[in-house]
Amino acid sequence: MRDKRMTPSDVVAELSDGMTIGIGGWGSRRKPMALVRAILDSPLKDLTIVSYGGPDVGLLVAAGKVRKLVFGFVSLDTVAYDPHFQKARQAGDLDVTELDEGMFQCGLIAAGHRLPFLPIRAGLGSDVMRTNPELRTVRSPYDDEELVAMPALHLDVALVHMNRADQHGNAQYLGPDPYFDDLFCLAANRRYVSCEQVVDTFDGAVQTLLLNRMMVDGVVETPNGAHFTSCAPDYSRDEKFQRLYAEADWDCFADRFLSGGERGYQEAVRSWQ
Amino acid sequence: MAVTRAEVCVAACADLFAGDGEILASPMGFVPGLGARLARLTSEPDLLLSDGEAYLLTADGELEGWMPYRKVFDVVAHGTRHVVMGANQLDRFGNQNISAIGDHGKPTRQLLGFRGAPGNTVNNKTSYWIPRHSKRVLVDAVDVVSGVGYDKQAGPFHNIHRVVTNLAVFDFDTPDRSMRIVSVHPGVDVQEVHDQTGFELPRDEPAVTREPTEHELDLIRTVLDPDSKRDREVRV
Repeated sequence: MRDKRMTPSDVVAELSDGMTIGIGGWGSRRKPMALVRAILDSPLKDLTIVSYGGPDVGLLVAAGKVRKLVFGFVSLDTVAYDPHFQKARQAGDLDVTELDEGMFQCGLIAAGHRLPFLPIRAGLGSDVMRTNPELRTVRSPYDDEELVAMPALHLDVALVHMNRADQHGNAQYLGPDPYFDDLFCLAANRRYVSCEQVVDTFDGAVQTLLLNRMMVDGVVETPNGAHFTSCAPDYSRDEKFQRLYAEADWDCFADRFLSGGERGYQEAVRSWQ
Repeated sequence: MAVTRAEVCVAACADLFAGDGEILASPMGFVPGLGARLARLTSEPDLLLSDGEAYLLTADGELEGWMPYRKVFDVVAHGTRHVVMGANQLDRFGNQNISAIGDHGKPTRQLLGFRGAPGNTVNNKTSYWIPRHSKRVLVDAVDVVSGVGYDKQAGPFHNIHRVVTNLAVFDFDTPDRSMRIVSVHPGVDVQEVHDQTGFELPRDEPAVTREPTEHELDLIRTVLDPDSKRDREVRV
């Protein structure tokens, strides 16, 4: 079996301008932030980001990496609105496909199942249909009910963060929620998993092994790699740092925390604390 | 101690769940959360309560189930859920906006996004909680339709139940399914409700919202919210 261990820069080297990148986690929870930071540190541009959005979206938008965003929400949870995302939207700078959260999941499942679309009731009557005029409805061939034909959300790449993984790409979440990370991986052509720790053997219930190695192309060991989002039970969200992120001037924040690579980031956070 | 406006609102939110039985209550906001827990302890003991993360909890906070985000979408589609959402804007037909103020292409204020509102409103019972009733929230027409109102084609399971604000309780039991006042909270002048609403409401003589019973007050004050956080969400 292959050893799939990589560094964050190895992952970024496999990405290219204009790619569609799905980012796992949920809001401000278990985001693959070390991989996001590696993208911030690269010349990549014009990305389409597909995310249940948290600070991953705000950071990438603030750094000018995003051409288009596919999302159901962007929130830092205790900070309701990400200021960088708000600023870009209010400037009219961002091309968006804004979906209902359930439609988003439906699109990932359709892509994972290699279907062009899946029917769903969500979206009917709402401005999801008006603001995304490419969306179509279908009539049930059985009872004529009209439903939304949610198109597959195909991803070039999925980036997710888990608590543990082995070198082959089997990966485990130890918190209470899998979020949608397995669906992101199945919807993508290339799948990279960062994790708190690479292990030889897994502890815990077998149901926590959310990803198996045929769903994963690369494994990156990034301790504290979801910071400042949560990675339960290893650590919770860094609320103080999140407030700093939300309130700081972007250039100052980027200069202080994002200019020295992942090691520099972790050191800057430690000295700030 | 006199009954406060916040306590009236908690009881009104508890009453939203009347008759719901064994379904998932999904209250957004502190006061509707208290209402759901109060209903579970009194009139609707079979309600399921989520912690808003991955757990189903009893009224005492004991674990009774697992409801991660992905499973919430299953429950939404199944319809065994009553959500109480907030609204940045709400119109007379119950269209709700939590997405953006202004033009969606270049909003004057970007809000959360559609979230689950489109799916919630066409799949499961939906109510709204508005802690600050004003013309800015109760508008003639919302800028972006997130939750779907009664003037839209929304399929067979569309069910907007009620709206509770800091001033009154509303439903949509009119011939054209537009909003009307069910009851005005004790101490609120009906005219104030009309004045603070950005659209015409029928000029019926509404009832007065009930006050919580002694038992309910005791639960609210000593068990559910001993620190009176409710008073921070509802100000008179």
